[in-house]
Amino acid sequence: MSHILLRHRDIPDIKELSVYRANGGFKAFQKAVTTMQPGDVVNEVKASGLRGRGGAGFPTGVKWSFLPGNLWPHYVVANADESEPGTFKDREILENNPYQFLEGLMIAAYAVGAQEAYVYLRGEFESIYRQLNACIARLEEAHLLGDQLFGTDVRLRIYTHLGAGAYICGEETALLESLEGKLGQPRLRPPFPAVAGLFNKPTVINNVETLTNLPPILEKGADWYKSLGTEKSPGVKIFCLSGCVQKPGNYELPLGTTFRELIYTWGGGLAEGRRIKGIMAAGASSNIIPADDRALDTPMDYESVQQNLGAPLGSASVIILDDSVNMAWLVAKTTHFFKHESCGKCTPCREGTFWMAHITERMMGGKASPEDIDLLKNVALQMQGKCLCALGEFSTMAVVSGIKHFRPDFEAAVRGGGKAK
Amino acid sequence: MSKMVTLSIDGRSVTVPENTLVVDAAKMNGIDIPVFCYHPKMKPVGMCRMCLVEIGRPMIDRATNQPVLEDNGSPKIQFSPKLETSCTTPVSEGMVVLTRNDKVEAARKEIIEFILTSHPLDCPICDKGGECPLQNLTMRFGSKEGRFLFDEKMHLAKHVPLGELIWLDRERCIQCARCVRFQHDVVDDPVLDFHNRGRSLEIMTFSEPGFGSYFSGNTTDICPVGALTTADFRFGARPWEMKPAASLCAQCPVGCNLEYTVRREAKSGGATVIKRALPRQNESVNEIWICDKGRFGYHYTQDPARLGQPLVRRDGELVPVTFEEALKIIAEKAAHQPFQILAGGKLSTEDLAALRGLAQESGGKAWLHTYMSGGFTPHYGLSADANLGALGQGDAVLVAASDLHEEAPIWWLRVKQAAERGAALIVMNPRPTRLKKYARHVIRYAYGEESLAVAAMAEENLALAGEEIRAAAETLKSARNLVIFYGSEGLGLTGSKGLEQALADLLERGGFTGRENSGLIGVWHAPNLQAGFELGLPPAEGLADLPAGGVLYLAAADPAGDDPRQAAYFSGREFVIVQDLFLTESAKLADVVLPVLAYTEREGTFVSGERRLQRYYPALAARPGLKADFALTALIAKSLGYELEGRAASLALEKLAASQPAFEGLNYLKLAEVHEQWPQVGGSDLYYGGTSYANRQGLGKHLSRAAKPEPDAAPLREGIRDVPKNALRLVPHTRLYDAGSTFAPSRLLDQRRARRQLRIHPRSAEPLGLQQGSQALIELEGAPFTAEIVLDETIPGGTALYPRSLGVPMNAPFHAVVKPVFDKSAS
Repeated sequence: MSHILLRHRDIPDIKELSVYRANGGFKAFQKAVTTMQPGDVVNEVKASGLRGRGGAGFPTGVKWSFLPGNLWPHYVVANADESEPGTFKDREILENNPYQFLEGLMIAAYAVGAQEAYVYLRGEFESIYRQLNACIARLEEAHLLGDQLFGTDVRLRIYTHLGAGAYICGEETALLESLEGKLGQPRLRPPFPAVAGLFNKPTVINNVETLTNLPPILEKGADWYKSLGTEKSPGVKIFCLSGCVQKPGNYELPLGTTFRELIYTWGGGLAEGRRIKGIMAAGASSNIIPADDRALDTPMDYESVQQNLGAPLGSASVIILDDSVNMAWLVAKTTHFFKHESCGKCTPCREGTFWMAHITERMMGGKASPEDIDLLKNVALQMQGKCLCALGEFSTMAVVSGIKHFRPDFEAAVRGGGKAK
Repeated sequence: MSKMVTLSIDGRSVTVPENTLVVDAAKMNGIDIPVFCYHPKMKPVGMCRMCLVEIGRPMIDRATNQPVLEDNGSPKIQFSPKLETSCTTPVSEGMVVLTRNDKVEAARKEIIEFILTSHPLDCPICDKGGECPLQNLTMRFGSKEGRFLFDEKMHLAKHVPLGELIWLDRERCIQCARCVRFQHDVVDDPVLDFHNRGRSLEIMTFSEPGFGSYFSGNTTDICPVGALTTADFRFGARPWEMKPAASLCAQCPVGCNLEYTVRREAKSGGATVIKRALPRQNESVNEIWICDKGRFGYHYTQDPARLGQPLVRRDGELVPVTFEEALKIIAEKAAHQPFQILAGGKLSTEDLAALRGLAQESGGKAWLHTYMSGGFTPHYGLSADANLGALGQGDAVLVAASDLHEEAPIWWLRVKQAAERGAALIVMNPRPTRLKKYARHVIRYAYGEESLAVAAMAEENLALAGEEIRAAAETLKSARNLVIFYGSEGLGLTGSKGLEQALADLLERGGFTGRENSGLIGVWHAPNLQAGFELGLPPAEGLADLPAGGVLYLAAADPAGDDPRQAAYFSGREFVIVQDLFLTESAKLADVVLPVLAYTEREGTFVSGERRLQRYYPALAARPGLKADFALTALIAKSLGYELEGRAASLALEKLAASQPAFEGLNYLKLAEVHEQWPQVGGSDLYYGGTSYANRQGLGKHLSRAAKPEPDAAPLREGIRDVPKNALRLVPHTRLYDAGSTFAPSRLLDQRRARRQLRIHPRSAEPLGLQQGSQALIELEGAPFTAEIVLDETIPGGTALYPRSLGVPMNAPFHAVVKPVFDKSAS
């Protein structure tokens, strides 16, 4: 089957505007602008069952419909702050199939009546930023962006903004703060961005992959889209496979594909002689799932992973851990990451990640005592349910699940110092 | 009246206005929910997580939209799985809040533990120790033991100057952002912010000089730990060693309620001294804020240069004598002479009344030493329960000829807040000021045309008026209340009188006189000029206005210090008495110099510009041998055979109240009355600041409206008409950090003190050869002076602004030839 999102794998040079257009590019946008009311677009996307690919899996069309019709202007912001460890799907889209993403963003803007759309890129995406700016310039030249699009009264401009390198700016309200030029810290909710978002105006924030789904949905219809994936999680998803597998990379597969199929059919399995030990399904913001048969046979959709394994599918950044990995080492890595990326706004996350990082460093440095394992767990539990945003809560997941399922690894780390990898 | 909501907190049913935050609803009902980042004067941010409580809400059946009921018929309550921050959650009908169960107590303990992980716990050497929210809440909710390894604590800079006034201890900071939010949201000086992120999040300032804000000291009060301290007080004393004394700020006419904390200490030779000034809550005056001038300006009261003994002139020299000798000399020399008295606006109401009494008894006259006119304010000013804090939508505020941010920062703040609540702000000034940002109408006029601009607005026929004046007049037509502030920018006494009269006319024509929250407020240059005007003392810029001959008696007035040419008026007097804290230039010309107590060593009252009569109490014991001004005046009177009340300030006020209708019914007991104020601050919890703001000593009372004054026949304008060729119109303005005798001794502010500068438009400067930073010579007849040139594009052409009290011997506009001072060695 040909790709729906990673179309550059089938069509070389689709990142050229002429090639993208020769392959049906901007037909969907034209169709929306010239033949559909904004509300029709919203309904079509609702009917497709498309869910947000940034991690939360919230139905996209429903999210759009929250924007109040009596408060203007509306804004659409593309979240291209792809920062979750083990996640590299948006980057591939932006680098190789940028026009499909931009067309998706334009469709979203039309659907919610926004005349200005923003792309917020993580600070490290500088080359993508330049390429995207060039793409936008070409779209303006081609009169696909600007005033009176396709001879209608529809206007649209797209602006790009490069962040300064902060994981927290992937959180949508911190992203808005950063986009407004402020320190990237999450806002209180309510009010939600749908009511008071960018510059205090109603705002939709969608992930790059989510938006890239829109042109094919409008082109081929909601029914076609719903025929892919599962009933509650329709469509395809780009699974970012990394860690201890033979063929890491992005795999565009229907939602509901099992872990086993991803790892063994597509990912080439593990290295010779290695046994699978654990799976992190949502990058660093993930429980460490013991990789038993039950886990491997779980379909990767938003419901099943949560129901079967008690973990969110998130952005589907599947990190495979084999039996050479000491989970205490892994937890030290994730903890260090969250300590480094905590914005510092709320006490439990600022202090808790700092504290946990000290304990895990002690463990890996051979300076810990066995009691430190429970202390680490207690600090993580003490953070849970108290943080201002999800980052703080995420930082505890690997810690708590790691100690729960792989306690001997921690005991070994305490005994053996930093030796255990 | 807003809608009321009933909820249950810890099993108690409470009813509060809708949109009240849970934390406030609890506080209103005597339940303390601990907080660090939340502050009732600022929007909640939910950062510290200390205020977590358990919250349940009635379950609603989605199908029927009706509450789900328990078997016993009560509504079924659904509790959130997570605790919620009570500072960000508004109340809702039927809500159930639990603030004391195990889950909540555990969360508090855990949050405290998190906060303390890297906190230095250096309470024994911390200024906040003893009045510290973190310390108190740790004692109440914290764990006895820390599980965080001491060696892993983060070590950070402990002595970081955020400018020379405020110091930051980075280790103690708990990142609550109260200081940052105060600077951004409350006072709009966004000079503080966070830098970096996570545990490396730290406060920084990016202004030059550092922490450039007239309100910076307030951050040290609201800081819930000892991270921010003032250079004035840090390491000065421990809170429990000090005693509080209720007082008022004597730096400007706002009348901010203060508390001085005092200590007897070896380092001051065993004397009791003031260690710091703190705001005292008065929601109708200063809320819980004071400006830095008020906070750091008290040093003059304990300056070593203060006079301690009377001086009399013998053989041309002033020599120390006893009070008995001084009074004896006065009795000899001043008997049967009329007293011509010049009284300063720093005197108390009782002092001014005594001086007026002596003048009347002796057949002389008492004058108020001021370049501002205020005779209309007793009638047109505020009265009854006026409160600037109640101005909002539908009301109007007019600020004329005043850079309020420089002249009275707390009034600037109150006006800003009124504008933010929806009041229409009209700003009239020849150049832009800090208030412009909040103004609905900005009216520009030429210096000298103040009263014409006001008259244009007041008169029905607006044909000649500009568009802005017409728009402002339109706004005033529909305004419910009108409060007018008038200052002295570009004005001397003559112009001030014209402006005052024009503004009174504006109030009169608009029908605002007598309305509850309307009236005329003079932005005086002294704390108690209002009392002088209430007593009917006529203003005098200097001694030229006083009749020649007789006894000249100066109290808290130094005309010769302001302008050396005033010395001429000292000769030809029978006798000159100067009563002051210091040996002023005028005192040096006197026959008798009488020292007095500073206002911090006695009691008295000030009448604020809002006509609020307020008491101040002695913070320190009276210096041996010295007396308060009114008592001294009464002694002088007695030595001459006149009877004045000199026994106690309270008796002097009672006597005044019996004869002066505006003061009727007021006495010291009434002024000491307090009522509950919201927000509640300064309780034993100290959550809303490390310091105590509690006002237990009186909120003061408004004076009642005085009789209508007679207007002058013709409107008055400033004298300068035609500025000669080659000359500039020089107009005065007021800077907050001046060099007045009651502020200059606060050396801490030297770096920020205004300098003797002429602000001038580059186009006006260029033909005169005046360059940025160069020295200019101003050829004022009889008193030439030099000043530094500052090029400023906001200054109208042909005009230069000079600051008052910085050595320019004028307080009114004048014209003079201004030329560069050439380096003599070069020519």
